Amino acid sequence: MSPVPAGSLLAAQDLRKAYGPTTALDGADFSIHPGEVVAVMGPSGSGKSTLLHCLAGIVTPDSGSILYNGRELTAMSDSERSALRRSDFGFVFQFGQLVPELTCVENVALPLRLNGTRRKEAERAALTWLERLEVDDVRKKRPGEVSGGQGQRVAVARALVTGPRVLFADEPTGALDSLNGERVMELLTDAARSTNAAVVLVTHEARVAAYSDREIVVRDGRSRDMERVV
Amino acid sequence: MSIGHTLLGLLESGPRHGYDLKRAFDEKFGHDRPLHYGQVYSTMSRLLKNGLVEVDGIEAGDGPERKRYAITAAGITDVERWLATPEKPEPYLQSTLYTKVVLALLTSRDAADILDTQRSEHLRSMRILTDRKRKGDLADQLICDHALFHLEADLRWLELTAARLDKLREAVTR
Repeated sequence: MSPVPAGSLLAAQDLRKAYGPTTALDGADFSIHPGEVVAVMGPSGSGKSTLLHCLAGIVTPDSGSILYNGRELTAMSDSERSALRRSDFGFVFQFGQLVPELTCVENVALPLRLNGTRRKEAERAALTWLERLEVDDVRKKRPGEVSGGQGQRVAVARALVTGPRVLFADEPTGALDSLNGERVMELLTDAARSTNAAVVLVTHEARVAAYSDREIVVRDGRSRDMERVV
Repeated sequence: MSIGHTLLGLLESGPRHGYDLKRAFDEKFGHDRPLHYGQVYSTMSRLLKNGLVEVDGIEAGDGPERKRYAITAAGITDVERWLATPEKPEPYLQSTLYTKVVLALLTSRDAADILDTQRSEHLRSMRILTDRKRKGDLADQLICDHALFHLEADLRWLELTAARLDKLREAVTR
């Protein structure tokens, strides 16, 4: 178990999680600073998605500690964790998971609306993010009417619109061709750096991981921080 | 690829004659390019001079004397250092990486560690290229892309090898 590095925004120590007889995490450590992009790499089934879900408070580990901004995530109630996810965390998944009935601008405005922001104000902020992600031209279209690359940029805009302090991205370019994937990574990391958000980037693609500042490798549920090894 | 380190690594499992060393090298690593006897003996005399091997015994036969070589503690440290040092990422280095992985398995070291360290070294190069690409013009982007695709190919080989380490261990230690 490694000590928590000073100045960490989010740090986990000795995380353990089993699903029945299957061990997903077996003593994993993790830490990230504000404004840092950390790639989580490892083969399929190594535990990297479980690690992300624990860090984001979606899954509760069987044991271990997760400190976010000085608060212990595992000691919070479900409703406290949900509130934290809405206010401080953003999420991007492999498939955008946009709401098909809403237009793109409504999709991006949705997290703000759920937090109680008025429609007009929420959609104004959403439009600003769609412009930053270079997809403001699809604002009135529904997700079914836009390309995969455009949809994923809309999803990134939606993840960033609330000004999260941590952005969790699980294979965010997995469904895109390399040109679109790279553009999404450029825009995502530029936007996150400009707002000093930390990015936890789960990927098995080296070209995507090359947009990170450093990487940790997860194997058999244990993590290895390569910066401290090499 | 460093022939000296490879021969040293082969000696770690026990003392051998020069001829046995050449045979083991050719069998495991010299599929396309077997070693010449001259290379083996010149390498061994250099290793001997540097204190990385010692003569474990001499057999008199019909022909010239046959020396049996053993690795020294300094030799083991040297192999350890070589295995732990990542290779400079460049195209077509798989044969060196393959050699390191096989030697790690033969000497009961952690081969996954070697692959992790190499992945990290490759990613370090890929980050520099990605950054140059972001800041550069189209020509820069194309040049960097070419290098990035080569590095990515190395890494795909590396991931596949990492997934097959158990099988490889069985095959090489048989």
